[in-house]
Amino acid sequence: MFSNKTASALVTIVALALMIVACGTPAAQTAAPVVQTVVVKETAAPVVQTAVVVQTAVPQIVTTTPGPQGPAAGSLAINGAGATFPFPLYSRWFYDYAFVDPSVKFNYQSIGSGGGIAQITAETVDFGASDAILNNDQYSKAPGIQMFPTVAGAVVPAYNLLGDDGKPITAILNLPSAAIADIFLAKITKWNAPVLQQANPEVKLPNKDIVVVHRSDGSGTTYIFTDYLSKISPEWKDKVGNATSVKWPTGLGGKGNEGVSGLVAQNDGAIGYVELAYAVTNKLPYAVPQNKAGKYIDPGKGPEGVQSAMNDFSTDLGDKLAVSIVNAPGEGSYPIAGYTYLLLYMDQQDCLKARKLVTFMNWALTDGTKDATDLQYVPLPDNVKKLVLDKAAKISCQGKPL
Amino acid sequence: MSVITAIKLKKRTSRWSELVRRLEHGDVIFRLLTLAAGMLVILAAIGIGFELWQNSARPRAEFGFDFLVGTNWDPVIEDFGALPFLYGTLQTSLFSLLIAVPIGLGIAIFLTELAPDWLLQPVGFVVELLAAVPSVIFGLWGLFVFVPVVVKPFAQFLNGTLGWLPIFEGPVFGPSRLAATLILSIMVLPTLVAISRDVFLAIPPSQREGALGLGATRWEMITQNLIPYGLSGILGAVILALGRAMGETIAVTMVIGNNLDLSASLLHPGYTMASLIANEFTEATTDMYREALILIGFVLFGLTLLVNIIARLLVWRVARRIPTESRA
Repeated sequence: MFSNKTASALVTIVALALMIVACGTPAAQTAAPVVQTVVVKETAAPVVQTAVVVQTAVPQIVTTTPGPQGPAAGSLAINGAGATFPFPLYSRWFYDYAFVDPSVKFNYQSIGSGGGIAQITAETVDFGASDAILNNDQYSKAPGIQMFPTVAGAVVPAYNLLGDDGKPITAILNLPSAAIADIFLAKITKWNAPVLQQANPEVKLPNKDIVVVHRSDGSGTTYIFTDYLSKISPEWKDKVGNATSVKWPTGLGGKGNEGVSGLVAQNDGAIGYVELAYAVTNKLPYAVPQNKAGKYIDPGKGPEGVQSAMNDFSTDLGDKLAVSIVNAPGEGSYPIAGYTYLLLYMDQQDCLKARKLVTFMNWALTDGTKDATDLQYVPLPDNVKKLVLDKAAKISCQGKPL
Repeated sequence: MSVITAIKLKKRTSRWSELVRRLEHGDVIFRLLTLAAGMLVILAAIGIGFELWQNSARPRAEFGFDFLVGTNWDPVIEDFGALPFLYGTLQTSLFSLLIAVPIGLGIAIFLTELAPDWLLQPVGFVVELLAAVPSVIFGLWGLFVFVPVVVKPFAQFLNGTLGWLPIFEGPVFGPSRLAATLILSIMVLPTLVAISRDVFLAIPPSQREGALGLGATRWEMITQNLIPYGLSGILGAVILALGRAMGETIAVTMVIGNNLDLSASLLHPGYTMASLIANEFTEATTDMYREALILIGFVLFGLTLLVNIIARLLVWRVARRIPTESRA
């Protein structure tokens, strides 16, 4: 018979063994908690201990805190909800903005664009956020609503392919626009299809099946990607169409960027679209789609490709400041990109909140652009930024200008 | 002290004791409280069903009963059918029970009848630990470790040896209904083990002694005596496990491949009702689309109810039959 002590020791060993198996490698296990604590501290700081942070980090704020606005730190809560795609950027913005104006405390729930539209329509939040452009039906339910582009993001087809020599191919592959729709329509099923091989003369593509991977959850990323496919391929537009979720003709569905990249990483010959930021930070090899002018612009080299696409369509933004920027005609434009928007009522009910929101937007589009580029989002080019801020200046409160 | 106050006092105490007697020393209040608690559960269930029904008027009017047999799910043209998801839910949950029930019963029997004392606690502890692991952890572990390391080679083996059977038809991908089935069978194991272990522990020792005394081997005692004796309890465990398997969301979504495939093959990617809702509800922006997802929720609710009723009937039948046949 074993004693109680031996039994409990055995239990610990078994539990530990299970954890190690579950985590893959012990290294990953030890690294994870460190990262976590840092993140928690960062996000918690402005909320809980604003006063302390202000004193140590940005001394000049101390003089402005008891200023004319008067409210105490974090006293004004502004609530928002919506898109998940810009969530990393927005949470960084709200964190940084707490140093600029400690009286405001932003709460943002990344519940998805659909939820954001529904909540701002029901007026249960102060602002909504959406990757998708509102349709006429949605405008008619909330007539006073206005879309404000904040940043844009690029979507790239990430791939995983072992060459004939058994080594993974990591080059930035060229993807002719004729081929990309055919791959997702399951009309091109081999990596060494002539149209692919001809576009990539310096890489020997193997004779392997293409495994298509797509997002299974409804997402703005899918919206942008299918928007692009609909623009370049009449057949895609006809058979599948453009939405946050579509009926995919082929392939595996992964939940979220992590699901798609997991499936891509596990299947030799896989290709699936993810946000550029996700591909870059996780070092996934990706392919570059051909733009309308026939050029291949790598969006990982800098924001110019997507900004050029925004410029191409800056005159089409219209009164609602919303436009699709996929398949842009410019020579230097990256073709699969889209804006993400804040949704606000042009006539606000709470004047203090309205003023704070407009001030925040001015800050986000000027000083906040550094955060955006850090996180691989693309800041608005100057002409678009001017349109957005001019519109924001027209926001009124109970019928009167702010 | 006057006579009048004495009478008043007596009256008051008698009224008080009368009240106490009527309330059966608090038993009535207790009964009412427990009744309210019980009613709350029923109200919640009815409320959920009602809400799901109420908020899915559009697709019900548009598709009617064809919704149940429709094989298309296309948010762009708003054509919705539930069959691929119904099929995926039933297939993965039933196959997962097929794997988990024998293993779970085996563990429970081992723990109660065969295991040495020093092994009892660790094994029991680990099984209960499994129950405490959040399903998103199962999902991520499944996607990044379990599927590539275990499921894919296993699927390739099944396809290579038994590929002529429709349920093991290729081509083989990692994420598949097989992956979901295996993950689910791990996830329902704690429920099965914990309940059936308690069922076996509750069987009086006289049952075992009687069987052994009559010359039965241990195997015969377990299969002919203990299992029939505890059958209604074991069935209860299976029902709970089935409920968990049908409703499991995130872990399944991560590994099932999310594809409308309707083939028999376990090796193909599939889709379940819970995964569909988890995947698409957040970005369902039009009324018809959102209500179609709510209707899927209603179908899942109805299916769970149906399965529970069938299982309940089964338990009653079994429970009524046991005393005459096997209880000593």
